[in-house]
Amino acid sequence: MSFLRFAARRLVEMAVTLFGASFVVFGAMYLAPGSPAGFLLSGRSASPAALQAINEQYHLDDPFLVRYFRWLGQVLQGDFGRSITYRTDVSQLLADRLPATLLLVGTALVVVVVVGLALGRLGAVRGGKTDSTILVTTTFALGTPSFVAAVLLQGLFAVKLGWFPTSGAGEGFGDMLWHLTLPAIALALYLIGMLSRVTRSAMLDALEGEHVTVARSRGVPEREVIRRHVFRNSLGTVLTTGGLIVSTLLVCTILVESAFSIGGIGQLLELSTTTKDFPTVQAISLIIVALFMIVNLIVDLLHPLVDPRVTLGSRRSDA
Amino acid sequence: MSVALTRRPGLGRLKAARAPLHPICLGFAALVVLAALLAPWLSPYDPNAVDLGNALAGPSSDHLLGVDAAGRDTLSRLLLGARTSLLGPLGVVVFSTVAGIAVGLAAGWRGGWLDSVLSRSTELVFAFPGMLLAILIISVYGEGLLAPVIALAIAYLPYVSRLTRSLVLAERTRPYVCAYQVQGHSALQICLRHVLPNIAPIVLAQSAVNFGYALMDLAGLSFLGLGVPALTPDWGRMVFDGQTAIQHGYPLSAILPCTLIVLTVVAFNVVGERWADQVARRTT
Repeated sequence: MSFLRFAARRLVEMAVTLFGASFVVFGAMYLAPGSPAGFLLSGRSASPAALQAINEQYHLDDPFLVRYFRWLGQVLQGDFGRSITYRTDVSQLLADRLPATLLLVGTALVVVVVVGLALGRLGAVRGGKTDSTILVTTTFALGTPSFVAAVLLQGLFAVKLGWFPTSGAGEGFGDMLWHLTLPAIALALYLIGMLSRVTRSAMLDALEGEHVTVARSRGVPEREVIRRHVFRNSLGTVLTTGGLIVSTLLVCTILVESAFSIGGIGQLLELSTTTKDFPTVQAISLIIVALFMIVNLIVDLLHPLVDPRVTLGSRRSDA
Repeated sequence: MSVALTRRPGLGRLKAARAPLHPICLGFAALVVLAALLAPWLSPYDPNAVDLGNALAGPSSDHLLGVDAAGRDTLSRLLLGARTSLLGPLGVVVFSTVAGIAVGLAAGWRGGWLDSVLSRSTELVFAFPGMLLAILIISVYGEGLLAPVIALAIAYLPYVSRLTRSLVLAERTRPYVCAYQVQGHSALQICLRHVLPNIAPIVLAQSAVNFGYALMDLAGLSFLGLGVPALTPDWGRMVFDGQTAIQHGYPLSAILPCTLIVLTVVAFNVVGERWADQVARRTT
């Protein structure tokens, strides 16, 4: 199958799943007990006029499907409605908070990739004591939820030692990076464990290959064997975890941002869930799901380029 | 028969570190379960008895592990917190296993349109990370333990149902199923009495692996204040309460629940993985 046709098919599949996801995100509101207007107000006292305004704003008198498609059309134009608590456009709220979250997730992603690949490679190549030390360490990393890591790091490095600020996102790029160092490490810890495990086992698989024996017997230097024939071969498998890594980062950022009071979209999601600000919850959920699917699509498209032995779409049969 | 247990990647190949780790973890997991079962008799104080005059006191002969910012005994809260912290994941695992087996059996046995509808919806659920689905449902239903448990059970269901489906497909082609069909047993009877016991060990191993993840997710939700109600002792909630204490320089009441969460998750992960490995080796 040609690359373009494969890309087009995956794009359509993604659109269908995204359509379903948007239906779930929209329909969830109607699972709530009581009338939608009552839910949207959720206990706040409302005059008949305000109730009327809510009814009009959400077109609550229209049939369900009409409302859904109207909402979907607005979302596709970047209009997520108005926040009930903040009384501003949700898209404006998101735009204000997105930079902090993106910087946090981006930094954590870099840390995960660099440290995770390095540890996995080290364990697979060295073996023995180094390997078992890394294995035990990553076992604990995999058992540490990001909020536990966040609270412990904050207690040690921010409160006790005072090396880093305890909370906030900072102003300006350098200051932000300084504020986000601890949160990024907390966010990355679990995924470092995961990625290094994946890298290690993929490299061990590659090490057993006959091409490695051949390369060694021809006198290719060991460093070169590891770099070109083992590490390079394992990258395809490592890449397939990309979607999972990004979605885990996006979900765990909710916990880490709350622990460090970073005003990003993660903390916004937590706050709007407690205040029942449903339009904001809808928007953030949809964005996280969409980002996860986009990353998965990119991974699917990149996979054959990184690992030419894989033909287009073959990952889907075993996925 | 090839068995493909859906683990979160990165947990296979633990063998090198196995020898001393597994018995310790098994022992620790048993200890935590025992503590949770006996908590009301073991805990020295009422977990919600507030004593503000004694707030943040360190360990003493009265309070072995100290007290938290509201003067509540940490040891009692940890012991009773073990109940909620283990009961939640247990609910998730039980719900997702029962429903996942039902869905997987139906999809694998009936095939056809039912299979494709179920596979499609499975894909949709995979796109929603468990925690996000839980938050979405909590934002509609409000806080409490039931809503997040059901949401997480739905999120974990595809792991079980996909595995069950592939196992049922493999099992269907085996001669004993044909023999029962010829003898006139109904499909339901064959499924429940003969196929299910054959695939149960593998599915249960999968569920054991899910337990640790469910514990982490639920503790995270409690940390956000979206899980258990405020007064119920729960480890995730205790970390949240302890965070303010840490910022004032009294780390103990936060460090203890943190440690317990990590150790418990590690213990259940190692035990579950070992079990999954043994089952996989036996069937291949």
